[in-house]
Amino acid sequence: MFENLSDRLDRSFKLLKGQGRITEINIAETLKDVRKALLDADVNYKIAKTFTDKVKQEALGQDVLNSVKPGQMMVKIVHDELAKLMGGEAVDINVKGNPSVILIAGLQGSGKTTFSGKLAYLQKTKKGKMPLLIAGDVYRPAAIDQLKVLGEQIGVEVYTDMDSKDPVKIAKDGIKYAKQKGFDLVIVDTAGRLAVDEQMMNEIAAVKKAIDPQEILFVVDAMTGQDAVNTAKEFNDRLNFDGVVLTKLDGDTRGGAALSIREVVNKPIKFVGTGEKMEALDVFHPERMADRILGMGDIVSLVEKAQEQFDSEQARKLQKKIAKNQFGFDDFLSQIQQIKKMGNLKDLAAMIPGVGKALKNVDIDDDAFKGIEAIIQSMTPDERDNPVIINGSRRKRIANGSGTSVQEVNRLIKQFDETRKMMKMMSGGGGKNLARMMNGMRN
Amino acid sequence: MGKAFFVIRTFLFNLNPKFQLAMGIFSSNKKEKLDKGLSKTKESVFKKLSRVVVGKTTVDDDVLDNLEEVLISSDVGVDTTIRIIERIQKRVSEDKYLGTSELNILLKEEIEKLLLENNTTDVDEFIVPETKNNLPYIIMVVGVNGVGKTTTIGKLAYQFKKAGKSVYIGAGDTFRAAAIDQLEVWAQRADVPIVKQKMGSDPASVAYDTLASAIKNKADVVLIDTAGRLHNKINLMNELSKVKNVMQKLIPEAPHEVLLVLDGSTGQNAFEQAKQFTKATEVTSLALTKLDGTAKGGVVIGISDQFKIPVKYIGIGEGIEDLQVFNRNEFVDSLFN
Ligand SMILES: Nc1nc2c(ncn2[C@@H]2O[C@H](COP(=O)(O)OP(=O)(O)OP(=O)(O)O)[C@@H](O)[C@H]2O)c(=O)[nH]1
Ligand SMILES: [Mg+2]
Repeated sequence: MFENLSDRLDRSFKLLKGQGRITEINIAETLKDVRKALLDADVNYKIAKTFTDKVKQEALGQDVLNSVKPGQMMVKIVHDELAKLMGGEAVDINVKGNPSVILIAGLQGSGKTTFSGKLAYLQKTKKGKMPLLIAGDVYRPAAIDQLKVLGEQIGVEVYTDMDSKDPVKIAKDGIKYAKQKGFDLVIVDTAGRLAVDEQMMNEIAAVKKAIDPQEILFVVDAMTGQDAVNTAKEFNDRLNFDGVVLTKLDGDTRGGAALSIREVVNKPIKFVGTGEKMEALDVFHPERMADRILGMGDIVSLVEKAQEQFDSEQARKLQKKIAKNQFGFDDFLSQIQQIKKMGNLKDLAAMIPGVGKALKNVDIDDDAFKGIEAIIQSMTPDERDNPVIINGSRRKRIANGSGTSVQEVNRLIKQFDETRKMMKMMSGGGGKNLARMMNGMRN
Repeated sequence: MGKAFFVIRTFLFNLNPKFQLAMGIFSSNKKEKLDKGLSKTKESVFKKLSRVVVGKTTVDDDVLDNLEEVLISSDVGVDTTIRIIERIQKRVSEDKYLGTSELNILLKEEIEKLLLENNTTDVDEFIVPETKNNLPYIIMVVGVNGVGKTTTIGKLAYQFKKAGKSVYIGAGDTFRAAAIDQLEVWAQRADVPIVKQKMGSDPASVAYDTLASAIKNKADVVLIDTAGRLHNKINLMNELSKVKNVMQKLIPEAPHEVLLVLDGSTGQNAFEQAKQFTKATEVTSLALTKLDGTAKGGVVIGISDQFKIPVKYIGIGEGIEDLQVFNRNEFVDSLFN
């Protein structure tokens, strides 16, 4: 559909090759392409402009490595900047109250009711909550029935009041009911409304005031265009919402609205909807979104390839070791072997989103591992299991044995230490899912 | 498994000095806050243009830059915007002393050219075209989730009925929770009969039943609702083709019209929607909804031009009367207000 940005940039950057340094002149064409990519992805006009200016500042004066294509380098800069803007620390929803109350708001057709069902289902099945859904859309025909049907599907009770046309009253009564019956989480669905509809905006402000929710989520369609900023800003001005839900991401939209909204209201994107089924709810991955806005989708193939190649049993064992802090140089070595088994290192590097692209042309041959393998092979089994015992004289011996220098041995040990520490840190996160892991660690 | 990958990554970074070099380059300085001065009330483009143009006698780059901003901010899209601007530039160079007052007219002309003329002669009327053998005119309504298909059907049924036609509605969304109930409410409001089956039944069979009833009762027009579906889901798109084919068993020309509903706030993805729905069902007309908000719906300009599909209706609210026959002139005006 869209020409890959990276390729396009390479083309426009041809001039630059061999010039050594990024300058105003040789970057102009590229920035235009970046801007077009962002606009094609529905990033807001003004934000795209400010953003490219920022990227320009970032890039000016940087040396162009001979081994890296300048276009790829630019993609890398743009990608990182995008991910940073959309990311930050992941923020969970606040479900600490008893009952905690979550208010759902958004435009017509954005997917509020479906999301309400999904959230209830997630909280019930994964967080052990006992949620109550409140049907607060008294306007759209059969909206209440829709929520009732979903409630039945997921086994969650839905509070309705067919006689009332007053969302404030329904919400208040529903929460009272939740307290009586011991529900610990209440999700209030509301009617879709336009930000310019004064009366409807007053109404949702009144709902907020009456029920004082712990969490207000703004639900927005990922396919939204330039208007996303206006809508998000209006809703935020009126409700000061806590987070954003991006729906219909199972489509093929590039989803630039995510960036626009993040920029204009500075609220985290907390969930993404990825299908019509009740399980189709995911947490937000800024890196993936950055790939998507730029039109790069390599993460999928990376994950698939990795899943093919990695012996899951072995991975499980490894995980245990990491958790117990027993990860040693032997494991490190077997990792290298696994990587080598996966094929061409260069291809592999190129598949890591945000990294690979920029580094596709760095030449990494399998020899890159040779020194490391030699060093590890010169260690005794004790040293491999328990690297802390590797003192100065042992280092000298290892260097001699492997035909490397003490500095190189030092560096490897230091890197190994760091790797181990980071792995230990990561192992808290449960990380069964590779894709989730990948993203988690790139934040 | 994830750990293993973590190792790989750490490796790739640490292993090769070139990596470190490459990575080092990208370390960024602290970012200053973006200027978030997106003005709440948009200045009208003509006001803006005239401001830029003070003291100038001709259309220059400043003016064109402003024009670009307005068009893109209305979701017109980069390619279509460039085309429009190039056309203007050409006209400007042909006529050296073109001022900004002429620009307004020029601009409208150029954009209107991109929008296909709708077939209706009288722009304020909802018309049901004649069909072969006086069989009912079948309109199948398609689109992605939540764009306003069901609502548009309710509004159309009301208008056709008001125009003295006999209308049938088919509840072809058998998938979404309470979609049938929703359409039933609209059928009641418009006071027209609805043909339905249970939730989960085959939409093609519902469509067939609807046509059968409509033919038997000599109806003039039939509106078939369908479940919202994202255009990249092949199975669901095939299902639409099937609904279409089944209807042709009763009326070979059916559906006479495939109405693709687009949400006015949708961005460039609407192109892909038009493309995929056209591929599956040969879309013949467009409806643009939710134009009562601040979204401009500019994306239809490029779509109408590229796919040669006319925009027929616009939705301007949730009430039963909030549907209008599309008017190019007014639409283009609204882009600049
Ligand atoms: N403001 C406004 N809202 C509209 C318009 N048209 C539809 N809506 C609202 O948009 C929401 C979705 O409309 P539906 O008609 O249910 O959309 P749909 O395409 O049938 O949705 P699915 O069947 O769920 O895919 C409802 O809340 C409608 O009231 C319009 O022109 N303006
Ligand atoms: Mg519908």
